[in-house]
Amino acid sequence: MEYLSIVFQETYKILFLLIPVLVSVAMIVWLDRRVWAFVQKRRGPNVVGPFGLLQSLADALKYIFKEIIIPASSNKVIFILAPIITMTLALTAWAVIPFSESKVLANINVGILYIFAVSSLGVYGIIMGGWASNSKYPFLGAIRSAAQMVSYEVSIGIIIINVLLCVGSLNLNDIVIAQENMWFIFPLFPMFVIFFISALAETNRPPFDLPEAEAELVAGYQTEYSGMMYAMFWLGEYANILLMCALGSILFLGGWLSPIDLYPFNLIPGFIWLIFKILFLFMLFALVKAIVPRYRYDQLMRLGWKIFLPLSLTYVVLTASFLFYFNLLPTI
Amino acid sequence: MKIARFFKTILMTDFISGLLIAIKELFKSKKTINYPFEKGKISPRFRGEHALRRYPNGEERCIACKLCEAVCPAQAITIESSQRSDGSRKTTRYDIDMMKCIYCGLCEESCPVDAIVQGPNFEFSTETREELYYTKEKLLDNGDRWENILAANIKSDNPYR
Repeated sequence: MEYLSIVFQETYKILFLLIPVLVSVAMIVWLDRRVWAFVQKRRGPNVVGPFGLLQSLADALKYIFKEIIIPASSNKVIFILAPIITMTLALTAWAVIPFSESKVLANINVGILYIFAVSSLGVYGIIMGGWASNSKYPFLGAIRSAAQMVSYEVSIGIIIINVLLCVGSLNLNDIVIAQENMWFIFPLFPMFVIFFISALAETNRPPFDLPEAEAELVAGYQTEYSGMMYAMFWLGEYANILLMCALGSILFLGGWLSPIDLYPFNLIPGFIWLIFKILFLFMLFALVKAIVPRYRYDQLMRLGWKIFLPLSLTYVVLTASFLFYFNLLPTI
Repeated sequence: MKIARFFKTILMTDFISGLLIAIKELFKSKKTINYPFEKGKISPRFRGEHALRRYPNGEERCIACKLCEAVCPAQAITIESSQRSDGSRKTTRYDIDMMKCIYCGLCEESCPVDAIVQGPNFEFSTETREELYYTKEKLLDNGDRWENILAANIKSDNPYR
């Protein structure tokens, strides 16, 4: 009986996190399309609901009622598993994101490692989808995506090391609290820029949307997917983007801390500040989508391995020596 | 030059200027319209859905000269005619296959009595093919429905014909 009550309690907590995340994914898709349209002086989705806010819901409803087509020559089990893995992994990572000092589903001591591991696993969904489709475009898209995500994960890992050097803990809550005096965006600004660009590459957003380059690869790894399975890929992709924005705001923008620790500002609860920061980063994501052309594949690899990796490594050395010389290394 | 370019790349000046332009464009007025709710202006010469017009006394204009049938490059028009008891020649059948029609406007130009015209309506999509085989009744009905606009369009375009 006790066991059951624990299960119910945890399920309740998970639902309380999951449903807002899914709803905000729907909203963020709308925001993305809207910003993209506004930059191009179009109107974007504005018919369904107020300002078209329910557009994503209508799209999801449409996807649910569409037929799921499974190619005859595909590996059916893996084909079906791929979108499920993508979406599940994108959502599981949210477990450790702290919305305020106490509002966190799993306050584990290796939070940042957990996020890093789960987001690295995300590439499996794409590879499996591309390979199981048994078709040329999905396969090419999956190969590109795998190479791209692996390359940029390296620089993201090293950027995280930079932050960890300043914090001295892997717990995401500790990382936020360590920024009480100064957000890490100020001392680590170049790292923030590289993190942002790597996050674009990690989530297959333009200008790094090579895995689904419409002009060359139809829709990349999603080509053979339809109906709800396509919608799951799409959901996982945007949940990942949101996660990267959340990670960026926790690592560099002080997470749930208010920007100034003064009277009217610290009345606003922490999770609202976090949402504001996520929205700010997402606006940047959306604007970048509207203004940049797509990278060529070799340029992408050059940027990842020959520029970002040495730059972030140099910055690790700089940060470490600075902290050591001025005796600022965090003590645990 | 190389040093200048290096700093340009490191500071991402191109990217930032692009971003600023994008933010500026965000707040400018939109160039598109809310289509089903507001519609763009169309020229009086617009070649949309066909209509057969009538004289003000209700008599149909078409005299079954079959010029439109002859000139139609897609051969979308079929006309059959007979003599009425008052001695005038009128159509018994006037069909347009709207799926064959290429909306070139030659039928309208060839018509000596301004009977067959192409109106401003372009929203006549249907769910079945059969509905797009327009008969004489349908065309006359169109003419009655759009007569005001059709007459105004022909009048405004008249000096240039």
